[in-house]
Amino acid sequence: MSAAKYTIGIDLGTTHSAIAVAPIDQEGARPEVLRVPQLVAAGAIEARELLPSFLYLPHSSEGPQALPWDAERSFVVGEHARARGVEAPTRLVSSAKSWLSHSGVDRHVGILPIGAPSDVEKISPVEASWRYLEHLAEAFDQRYSSEGLRLVEQDVVLTVPASFDASARELTVEAALAAGIEKLTLLEEPQAALYAWIEARGEGWRKELRPGDVILVIDVGGGTTDFSAIAAIEKEGSLELHRVAVGDHILLGGDNMDLAVAHIAKRKIEAEGKEIDRWQMVALTHAGRLAKERLLSDDKLAAYPIALAGKGSKLLGSAIRTEVTQEEIRATLVDGFFPRVPASARPASRARTALTQIGLPYASEPAVTKHLAAFLARQADALSKIEGFSHAKHGDARDRSKLLHPTAVLWNGGVMKATALRDRLLGTLNEWLAEDGAPPVRVLASDDLDLAVARGAAAYGLARRGKGLRIRGGTARAYYVGIEGAVPAVPGVEPPTVAFCVAPFGMEEGSHSALPPHELGVVVGEPVRFRFFGSSVRRDDTAGTEVERWREGEMEELAPIEVTLPAEGRREGDVVPVELSAQVTEIGTLLLEAVPKDPVKPDERFRVELSVRAEA
Amino acid sequence: MDPAPLSFLDRLWFAWVCFFRVLFDGAFAGRAFAVREAMPALPAPEPPPSANAAKESDRSSAPDNDESAAEEAEESPPEEVGKTVRVKVKKRRPEHDTLADAPVSKARAALAAEAALAAQKAVMPALQLLAAFQREGRLVDFLEQDVATFSDADVGAAARVVHEGCRKALRQHAQIEAVRSEEEGSAITIPEGYDAQSVKLIGDVQGKPPYKGKLQHKGWRVKEMSLPEPTKDHDARVIAPAEVEL
Repeated sequence: MSAAKYTIGIDLGTTHSAIAVAPIDQEGARPEVLRVPQLVAAGAIEARELLPSFLYLPHSSEGPQALPWDAERSFVVGEHARARGVEAPTRLVSSAKSWLSHSGVDRHVGILPIGAPSDVEKISPVEASWRYLEHLAEAFDQRYSSEGLRLVEQDVVLTVPASFDASARELTVEAALAAGIEKLTLLEEPQAALYAWIEARGEGWRKELRPGDVILVIDVGGGTTDFSAIAAIEKEGSLELHRVAVGDHILLGGDNMDLAVAHIAKRKIEAEGKEIDRWQMVALTHAGRLAKERLLSDDKLAAYPIALAGKGSKLLGSAIRTEVTQEEIRATLVDGFFPRVPASARPASRARTALTQIGLPYASEPAVTKHLAAFLARQADALSKIEGFSHAKHGDARDRSKLLHPTAVLWNGGVMKATALRDRLLGTLNEWLAEDGAPPVRVLASDDLDLAVARGAAAYGLARRGKGLRIRGGTARAYYVGIEGAVPAVPGVEPPTVAFCVAPFGMEEGSHSALPPHELGVVVGEPVRFRFFGSSVRRDDTAGTEVERWREGEMEELAPIEVTLPAEGRREGDVVPVELSAQVTEIGTLLLEAVPKDPVKPDERFRVELSVRAEA
Repeated sequence: MDPAPLSFLDRLWFAWVCFFRVLFDGAFAGRAFAVREAMPALPAPEPPPSANAAKESDRSSAPDNDESAAEEAEESPPEEVGKTVRVKVKKRRPEHDTLADAPVSKARAALAAEAALAAQKAVMPALQLLAAFQREGRLVDFLEQDVATFSDADVGAAARVVHEGCRKALRQHAQIEAVRSEEEGSAITIPEGYDAQSVKLIGDVQGKPPYKGKLQHKGWRVKEMSLPEPTKDHDARVIAPAEVEL
């Protein structure tokens, strides 16, 4: 393999993906977004900055879906997939990334599209992500074919939501490996957004951030909402950035808002006695997005007219007209999704779903502000362990404070382009901070919220090569194995579960955890499963810490882990004691290994599978 | 006088030039055809019109090979020429005595077919733009209907659909800027040596520059245009397929 000439940043988003490219050996070169050729309609290929993360599986009568580099392609990725999926929805794979992080399903099994007809060969969430990555890689290969370069030979930085747990990260890596991408590093999206901001500011960023700053990255994209907190500290005279907290994975985003606007318009149209079919509802959702963008960015605009075409070729007479008013948009979007709530507000119920249910665990609470309040409260102690963090600045206030106190906000994601939404979030946040005795936040000005993550990822690729500052952070969770306590069985009472910490919070890439003193019994020759937990707030536990009781919301059960010990001289069915050792790989994934207490050969260890389907 | 045989590369270039001149220059095509009619007697290399004819006869003799033939026609002139020469030599002999007229009519059919293909190619960007305006903004639907029988409210509602979609399509494919940055209605001076294609003088046009006048229309200029790339075998004439719901 030849040496990499570029670092590549890939933003594999829930609704859109993007790729940015930065040359490695060029002083002052900046990451550039690569336009991705894709089918935009039957028979028409265009290069666009965003590749919609949709995959369409055509009917056999539709013929091959030719791309410039593959005349015989049997599926469609990108704009045409999204548009075609409106017309034939049962053949469309969407939100693959949300499925990838959904532990209630086996993410290696062909389950998508949900409800597809029998002639469709369903694909797994991993394969869908692989296809998107493959398309982006092919776009790069085509663009750089004259230089004889291939993406798989470059340094690739792939972004994941900060809220992705260990198994979702591992599955993302699996998809990348399937696409041939091996020189790979994972990066959390909010960090990528901050890298993009730093990159865009040049050296000027050092004047805008001071030691003691806590940057809250608020990322509201098409499908998900993600919060992260990054602290600036002074170490040996220079500024360091530490990612100190990440939020939950919240399936709530711009798509929900567009749909909400579409429903306003739908109600009005139906009130006039007209009917709307499924296709018109989709068109209405698109119109809803335009209405949202226009009305939220211009508060002098009283209303935004919406017109819907009928399905036939007769446009005149069949078009339905209505309008969405500024007042309605404000009531639905600003007050509905970003209500002004006290800091004590919490989401109505946690975003969890019964494991037996096939469907994504969409957030049942639409209020982003409530999710934010919950995040800041959960992470109130996030800075307690950050050494060198300026204590004087916050003084005793922090000891009493109920919230994490950010000092600056960085917006990311398409939704945050709307000034009205930014203003509301900022106003609400500052009210909370004032009540808690903290100063208001500054806003770090950023532009191009759609492409910042891809650019930032490429910039991080350069930073890894020593060409710029790096954000430290390590794992955003501590991980635990759950063991049922050995107590006499009592009917109707579940035996208590004890959680043993196997990987502490904040493990840095390339590091190993100490072997915990506890051991697990594993039956030789058959797969053995253990319950697996993660916590984004328990910062003090070290490997081996035993947790018997925890507060509501402090621990989150993840997909179980599984270990298989081959016999290798042991007797099948024997119970062998093992210790679990954790390691964070260079790629950025968590590697768990089972180390037998009495190895039959030197350095014997077995990989523990993370991404196992939870049992219903 | 017998001209010296051309090298392969020269033939390739010449065939290409002739192909387009025959298509777009009727007079040249007529003369080339006449020359070709007089050719069979000569052992010299063929001029391109018959080259196309021979290729066409080759294609029709091997109908199963549609795809590769199409590919050759579009993308690989070297093979086209090489193949033509070879095929001609093979086929000409048995046909020569008995079917003296056949090559001529075949050549005409071939020319017509090639012309149709090339004609579609020539208007491809226009077809794609039409398709984009129809797809995004229902422009063709709108223009194909008679607005006279509808109320202004209906026309207005439809115009919003067309405007929103076509504007999106326009912005996706063309970057448009004003020719003059001044406000319309303002007085401007047009210097000597102005670009008459960018600025049009209207009204009392006389005298020598510099001209003093009022900017009536600021003009538009396409700064950049990017069109979709058609995929192979895509029939661009279908700007909107018929839709059948199952």
